[in-house]
Amino acid sequence: MVADFGYGILVVALLVSLYSVVAALVGVRTKSAALVESARRAMLLTWPLITLSALALIYLLVNNHFEVSFVYEVTSRSMPTYLKITAWWGGQAGSLVFWSWLMSAFASLVTLRKWDRDREFLPWVIVVSSVTVAFFLMMSVVFENPFARMWFAPSGEVIKAMLQPAGSTAVPLQPDGRGLNPLLRHPGMIIHPPMLYLGFVSFVIPYAFAIAALVTGRTDDRWIRITRRWTLWAWLFLSFGLVLGGRWAYDVLGWGGYWGWDPVEIAAFMPWLTGTAFLHSVMIQEKRGQLKQWNMILIMLTYALVIFGTFLTRSGVLSSVHAFASSPIGPFFMGFVALTFVISIALLIWRWPDLRSETEMKSMLSREALFLLNNLLFMSVLVICFVGVIYPLVSELVTGSKVTVGPPWYEFSTSPLFAMLMFLMAIAPLSSWGLSSQEKLANINKPVLGGLLAAPVVAYAIWWKPISEIMGSLPGVVISLAIILIVVVLMYLFRKLLWQSVLVASVITAYLAFTYTQNLIALIGFFLVALTLMVTLREFWRATRARQNAQQENFFTAFSRLIGRNRRRYGGYVIHVSMMLMAIGILGIELFQKETQGMIPVGQSLKIAGYTVEYKDLASWDEADKGVNYTRAVVSVYKDGTYLGDLHPRKDFYFDSQQSMTIPGQRPTLKDDLYVLLIDWQPATTTGATFKIYVNPLVNWLWIGSLLFFIGVIIAAWPDRDPEYVPARARNKAYQPSSAD
Amino acid sequence: MKRTHRFAALALLLLLLAGLWAGSVAAQGSTPTDDEVNAIAKQLYCPVCENTPLDVCPTEACRQWRELIRQQLSEGWTEDQIKQYFVDNYGARVLGEPPRTGLNWLVYLLPPVLILAGAFVLFRAMRAWMKPSTTEAAAGPVETPQPATQDDEYVSKFEEELRKRK
Repeated sequence: MVADFGYGILVVALLVSLYSVVAALVGVRTKSAALVESARRAMLLTWPLITLSALALIYLLVNNHFEVSFVYEVTSRSMPTYLKITAWWGGQAGSLVFWSWLMSAFASLVTLRKWDRDREFLPWVIVVSSVTVAFFLMMSVVFENPFARMWFAPSGEVIKAMLQPAGSTAVPLQPDGRGLNPLLRHPGMIIHPPMLYLGFVSFVIPYAFAIAALVTGRTDDRWIRITRRWTLWAWLFLSFGLVLGGRWAYDVLGWGGYWGWDPVEIAAFMPWLTGTAFLHSVMIQEKRGQLKQWNMILIMLTYALVIFGTFLTRSGVLSSVHAFASSPIGPFFMGFVALTFVISIALLIWRWPDLRSETEMKSMLSREALFLLNNLLFMSVLVICFVGVIYPLVSELVTGSKVTVGPPWYEFSTSPLFAMLMFLMAIAPLSSWGLSSQEKLANINKPVLGGLLAAPVVAYAIWWKPISEIMGSLPGVVISLAIILIVVVLMYLFRKLLWQSVLVASVITAYLAFTYTQNLIALIGFFLVALTLMVTLREFWRATRARQNAQQENFFTAFSRLIGRNRRRYGGYVIHVSMMLMAIGILGIELFQKETQGMIPVGQSLKIAGYTVEYKDLASWDEADKGVNYTRAVVSVYKDGTYLGDLHPRKDFYFDSQQSMTIPGQRPTLKDDLYVLLIDWQPATTTGATFKIYVNPLVNWLWIGSLLFFIGVIIAAWPDRDPEYVPARARNKAYQPSSAD
Repeated sequence: MKRTHRFAALALLLLLLAGLWAGSVAAQGSTPTDDEVNAIAKQLYCPVCENTPLDVCPTEACRQWRELIRQQLSEGWTEDQIKQYFVDNYGARVLGEPPRTGLNWLVYLLPPVLILAGAFVLFRAMRAWMKPSTTEAAAGPVETPQPATQDDEYVSKFEEELRKRK
């Protein structure tokens, strides 16, 4: 009954969103404001409708309605109520409804804003949002219905359908469900998908405005100004979704890492890359009226990648191309991605001449040039990710054999690009220090700058693996030298602004070379981190002092007002600093991770990186009400003979899903993370247990950095007093001063 | 379908293990440690799961594959021989990156070619922007040099005003 209700409402929501598309289109065509208003109301109606449907689904989940296939698959009686609710997005069918629900919430929010000055955008924003909502609703209604019941076909096969198919018999009500995969019961996995989806759906809003701008021909930067904060929030959610996913992997997947270059991860990473490039390049459009065409391309790519990412993870194409071809959902998805992308590009080509730059570029070392270099690097990482994800599918289609494109390939191909990005972050604050003034750079411009652009490219080509294999270890040296060369040249150009920071960073690097590591890549990385931190902190100091002198304020007032008045810039610098902290963690775990594994009896110990881990005890017990068997070991940790404490690595076995989850015993410090896994054990504790121990140096800086990152984005995205505020003196002009610049 | 795959793989594995066991009772050296096994398993990917390195894969099949590596190591197989054995039996997907043959070269050549092309396009575009058309240059405002020491906020506001007013 409730299932029928939920499904019915879902169908109604689909019809309403389709209506809003048609009404908006007809309304524009016939210039009927009433029809557009009707479309807007229809759009606003979808969210309550999907909410009702979702409530029906939650009701079924919480009340153990195992006749519904989805409920049977993701819940069981022993699961606590909050997990039954979050199981909503724990499986394919539910998560698609969740997607539609969030999408429609965002679309509703945006249609509720004041539209006085942007009336002409409204119908097109409705069309884009409603088409997207309708697409996902259609998927739920037609292919992945979370309300479908289970039936026995005459052949004995279980089929899922809303109504009893002819000739079938009802599957008897199951006494218990299969339960959620234990890996998905972790808090990280409960928050991670909503965050990621929030990021995905909120990127649809700037895309909708971009399309509206193209269709209406209002191709100034109004659409960017309206969506600036949407974009930042979208980016925040997406970034946080990625970080939480990493933390989840680190805590429950039991392989001592946070990121495995898995296609599922990359599917979420790709829109992040274009989104990040977009965030940067819109600033150039706002300030200088350049890159309009490029920004359009970036937001279109982001939208396409959002849908494509959902497609990759939801269609089963990754496990096999043939599975994809045999299920209807894959081609439907692919068709939608292709269609929206082609339409977007067609619109862009149509408006291409209107999107020319308003001003010319001053020099190859101007702020715009740095931003363009940043965009080139992000797009390069995207190209690598895209090729890496797609190639196994191509190979399977063409040659019939599957291949793995795994971490070694990605790490090798992306690491120089990340190093260059780090360097750009280091010199980013220089862009506000009169970097572009021509008189300073007039004499050295062309040859040196040509070289500067060519050097990283050449270095990158040399770094590329096949070449490196032919040439032995030489490329490693060459690339390092090339990067050092570029850094040195650029630092020479900016010597007056940079010399203190370079000096400090060099001293820090030299100190690390003596005390911590002689690994060249690590040292380059640490140098870049130190340089960025120094330059950025110096910028905060310099600007605060300047303000202090100009405004006669005390240091703290000047500091807080400085940030308050230039939120986007200083929020951005805080984000850069947080990226550097994360880089410390990534360098640490990637380059210095140590591991050992062994079976030891009670009283014996394993030694690794100065730590001694002694096996003390093991207990195994059932908790019947939770439906879990816990096996928990006690190990004592010593370092250089000093007792540091006990750790409790665990293995939880869930009866309902017949799956287990490995919980590491972790001892986090700023220096490293000791990470002990219980791999295996013998029932009689005398024979011993197998432990796998990782020492992950510096990895906790990754998590510290992500907290700072959050603060940085909040600073940058904090709403103005009134987003639509227009000062009296500017009211007659078509421009709105931006307090965030 | 996946399940039948896995059973087939298991059955094959057991047969192989039995064969190896029978053939090598006499030739056993000291038992290799878990670390030695993992050092090789780390470079291989589970032949049945998606993108899971063999050293961390929790499935029973992978556990037995690790035992197989241990067995092979104790018989004096080299790392390359063991990897080759897995490639021969389960295909190139057990390797962390595609072998450099035939079509697979795409994955090694396409990204650098695309990136170089992107860099070239960007370079050309920047050159073009730096030489604005004469009409635009004539109509363009006189650029004010940026005073480097001022509070940037006001400078950029001022610049923007100028630009919008032209």
